[in-house]
Amino acid sequence: MTTGRIAIVGASAAGLTAAEALRREGWDGRISLIGDEPHEPYDRPPLSKQVLAGKWEPERTGLRAADALTGLDLDLRLGTTATGLDVPNRRVLLGEEALDCDGVIIATGVAARALPGAAHGAHVLRGLDDALALRARLANPGRRLVIVGAGVLGVEVAAVARELGHEVVVVAPEAAPMERAVGIEAGDLLAEAHRAHGVRLRLGELVDGLLDDGGRARGVRLADGSELTGDAVLIAIGCTPAVQWLRDGPLDLADGIGCDSYCAAAPGIYAAGDVARWHHPVLRRPVRIEHRMNATEQGMAAARNLLAELDPERFGTRREFAPVPYFWSDQYGFKVQAYGDLADADQVQLRVLDKTDPGAPKAAALYRRGDSAFGALSIGVPPKQARALRGAVATPQPWEQALGVLDELAS
Amino acid sequence: MKITIDEDRCCGAGQCVLEAPDVFDQRAEDGVVVLLDAAPPAELHEASRSAEQLCPTAAIEISE
Ligand SMILES: Cc1cc2nc3c(=O)[nH]c(=O)nc-3n(C[C@H](O)[C@H](O)[C@H](O)COP(=O)(O)OP(=O)(O)OC[C@H]3O[C@@H](n4cnc5c(N)ncnc54)[C@H](O)[C@@H]3O)c2cc1C
Ligand code: SF4
Repeated sequence: MTTGRIAIVGASAAGLTAAEALRREGWDGRISLIGDEPHEPYDRPPLSKQVLAGKWEPERTGLRAADALTGLDLDLRLGTTATGLDVPNRRVLLGEEALDCDGVIIATGVAARALPGAAHGAHVLRGLDDALALRARLANPGRRLVIVGAGVLGVEVAAVARELGHEVVVVAPEAAPMERAVGIEAGDLLAEAHRAHGVRLRLGELVDGLLDDGGRARGVRLADGSELTGDAVLIAIGCTPAVQWLRDGPLDLADGIGCDSYCAAAPGIYAAGDVARWHHPVLRRPVRIEHRMNATEQGMAAARNLLAELDPERFGTRREFAPVPYFWSDQYGFKVQAYGDLADADQVQLRVLDKTDPGAPKAAALYRRGDSAFGALSIGVPPKQARALRGAVATPQPWEQALGVLDELAS
Repeated sequence: MKITIDEDRCCGAGQCVLEAPDVFDQRAEDGVVVLLDAAPPAELHEASRSAEQLCPTAAIEISE
């Protein structure tokens, strides 16, 4: 039986792109796009960059102009939380209401992790409202910001806060900033850059808890008993997939939503974006990617594959989702860009291209697994030039051959 | 088809160039998108639309 409806849960980058792709492929049935935030779909990367820096007002983060949204003819339900999913019947529950669907795309993303037992008053940064709250706290220079976590988010905020004239201390258990994303070699280079810009890095330190001053976080207590105090505290210790609303169902929720290489979690049920873990056919392992480009690409892929499953005659056959993962980060004046798979590298070959200014590093690196180059990273390299690195890992190349690309960049 | 770009949003991902190299390029110094053809011919519409959708910063806007 067909209901003529596809529901997309999560109205952000992945969900909106999925909706657009459905229309573009020719789906003329109903599309219910459900998002629990009150805002029209907006973009997150600018939150820790232009918005926090005060360069952009919130409206600029909107993902689509009003008329483009209208043109999609959506049943757009903002401020609406999906509370459950009846997987075999493809029924999305919205509290009392139930939507019967031909297919469902889950794009609920991730939520910021809190410190265990965290007191009130500490900031997190995931949504627009979080960004505006933190921005308000940093409105006047000369504050002291304590950032817990040295991942991409933590160090991006550190950079903006320094540029706004605040004192910044970053505390994290890792040995280097972004160590999990880019490894220790590149992380050390980033550490140097942040120190050159006046960030205090307290690496290799465990945070034991927040110091709470009547509902206002005024610092953190470290495992050794010492304290770091400040005017504001940002908790940036990673995220957890937003899957609680699915927990009573049959889906594999071990780390996000488990999917096959077509982004299918169950018949007629697909997932995309930060929340989706799928079997990557080229990397030959399950991956879950919390980066902006993947949200878009996977939103499109999930939409296409769902349509192909519903009506192969009309929409063609399903295709495996095998993107070249990509992320970027902006810190001070330099850009960090990564292509491919940098995790669990057997070897990292880092080439420093220019060391005149430690605050403006310039470097490129390749990441080897087995005999092939699987990942590539650039720091402070102009993006057009850095694209050469993509070629080296788009289909993993023999290591020695890939190293040639580094030589070319260096020359 | 009419394409507009918002340089200020662009993060230099280069996805648009991969999709439609006849329509988009990147500035050498900072990677910001360069529009080569604001009104591409019909055979480039499909690729241009893909670029619009894939751009991770929504920096490309297409109107009919
Ligand atoms: C501050 C910040 C900076 C970033 N910077 C970069 C960067 O520089 N480069 C990069 O590559 N990536 C960056 N990212 C990551 C990028 O923004 C994400 O990968 C992307 O937003 C993922 O999109 P998504 O649609 O999968 O999930 P999300 O954007 O998380 O959207 C999921 C949506 O679903 C909603 N939702 C959750 N549960 C429910 C429910 N039960 N019912 C209804 N709605 C629900 C959520 O509220 C949310 O609106 C950044 C992220 C943040 C937060
Ligand atoms: S895809 Fe978008 S962000 Fe990337 S270079 Fe093109 S316009 Fe800029």
